[in-house]
Amino acid sequence: MIETRALRKSYGSSLVLDEVSLTLPRGGITSIIGANGAGKSTLLSVISRLLTADSGAVSIDSQDIFRAAGPELARKLAVLRQDNHLNARLTVKELVSFGRYPHSKGRLTPACREAVNHAMTWLDLTALSDRFLDQLSGGQRQRAFVAMTLAQETDYILLDEPLNNLDMKNARAMMLTLRQAVQALQKTVVMVLHDINFASVHSDRIIAMKAGRVIHSGTPAQIITPAILRDVYDMEITVQEIDGHRFAFYYG
Amino acid sequence: MQPEARILPVTPAQSETRAQLALILLGGGVFLAAALFMTLGARGSWAFVLQFRGMKLLGLILIAHAVAVSTVLFQTVTANRILTPSIMGFDALFVLSSTLLIAFMGSVQLSGLDPRLLFAARLIVMTLFSMALYRWLFLGEEQSLHRLLLTGVVFGIFLRTLAEFVQRMLDPNEFMVLSDMLFASFTKIDPVLMGIGWALVLAVTLWLARNLARLDVIGLGRPVAVNLGIRWRRDVLLVLALVSVLVAVSTALVGPVTFFGLLAASLARLAVGTTRHAVLLPAASLTAMLLLIGGQTLLERLFAFNTALGIVIEFFGGVVFLILLLKGGRR
Repeated sequence: MIETRALRKSYGSSLVLDEVSLTLPRGGITSIIGANGAGKSTLLSVISRLLTADSGAVSIDSQDIFRAAGPELARKLAVLRQDNHLNARLTVKELVSFGRYPHSKGRLTPACREAVNHAMTWLDLTALSDRFLDQLSGGQRQRAFVAMTLAQETDYILLDEPLNNLDMKNARAMMLTLRQAVQALQKTVVMVLHDINFASVHSDRIIAMKAGRVIHSGTPAQIITPAILRDVYDMEITVQEIDGHRFAFYYG
Repeated sequence: MQPEARILPVTPAQSETRAQLALILLGGGVFLAAALFMTLGARGSWAFVLQFRGMKLLGLILIAHAVAVSTVLFQTVTANRILTPSIMGFDALFVLSSTLLIAFMGSVQLSGLDPRLLFAARLIVMTLFSMALYRWLFLGEEQSLHRLLLTGVVFGIFLRTLAEFVQRMLDPNEFMVLSDMLFASFTKIDPVLMGIGWALVLAVTLWLARNLARLDVIGLGRPVAVNLGIRWRRDVLLVLALVSVLVAVSTALVGPVTFFGLLAASLARLAVGTTRHAVLLPAASLTAMLLLIGGQTLLERLFAFNTALGIVIEFFGGVVFLILLLKGGRR
């Protein structure tokens, strides 16, 4: 379980997180939605200790994340940010193998190799395993980074816009992969999503943020409604139910 | 695709072969250069020549290793390939620390002091300074390379001028002692300092050899490294402290060299085509040795120059710096 208590964070004079208190239960996919600048990525970064909050606390399975030892936390929680520029020149396999560092400190055990191969299979990267990252398309690179976080074998996986750079086919494949990981491996996935329809179809819970606050949270059926979406995005959005899923229409 | 990808290996097997070949060639080159340096144009007693030149050779190896390794480490923790400790003013900081030590303690007290103790004092003052000055630059949660570069260059100039300013206020006798302490050259190396230097640099190298995997992870940048369990703050401060030690050793022995580290590190990256520290660190070190020993042999034995090596190396290093800047600097 991930818990945040009264998180505040500001950049200069602008408040990005305003007293965010949140409880995310174990298991399932939670999507964080909201307009640009609502504080979604900041919240994700603070939960995963990439950013420090000005005040407030985050705990994972009732352990404070800023007191936890680095490697121990890295075996429990993996995080992937949006923009992953590397100075190093690596092959896909080398990158995914880095996911084992918290377990093996650079000396890969047979169990590590198995986890690396497994993660590459999950994300359909086996054929690309010997390619260098700078020889890949944006989508393939994104999948390689997600494979690294899977190889870390953590209970919690936090992803900041994992569908960035992905076309329809790959975006859907990514979401299905994550759902499979949640079901088969009992992972807890928390991610920031811009496409509210992907959030609607694939999430177990949706958290809606606006101006640094969590203003709504609940199941897709509860959140994907015209009234709530108007509140979150300040625009009129029609919602239709097709095959038991709710879709928002905001293209016209 | 990056423009430089054309000259980089395409498959992991090629990459492996290329790295091994580069290391072997560099190693062979250094060995050859050292042999020539020891024997070329020797006259008189061999015992004397070998001992005299052997000391010099040990000094050159030590300096090359310290400068190259400190540059690579620094580039790893700052995630860029243009900045070096000397561009950021680390060596100026060492000069400043020594100057302040003389200004506050006076040369009389200092000249009575054991040189090892004196060096230790200079080293400690410098390391503390560098921790205090640079920590806020490198530990920030979001870094901008351009801000780092600008601040670094301004810092470097500020520290150098400050040191000069204090030197101007010194009593002439004290200034003499200071000059003796600061302005060594590639060919005039103090044996006592060299002993301390070797001990320190070996200790640092030993630590590095045991932490190559950790350095590779740090090289992935802060977000990925923190995700993989690196305690960023502690580890970056530790690496900066090691960089301080290495810069202190090389600056104490030969004085400030601005672009040498950059030249060696950039050439080594080009030669091995990988960023794995297990390959890159030895390659950079060997490249620096080849440049220094080879250059010294050429200039001293073939062209009968004595002081020009520093200038030549700085010239080519400066050119590399400009090329890297013009290429956009991200890589």
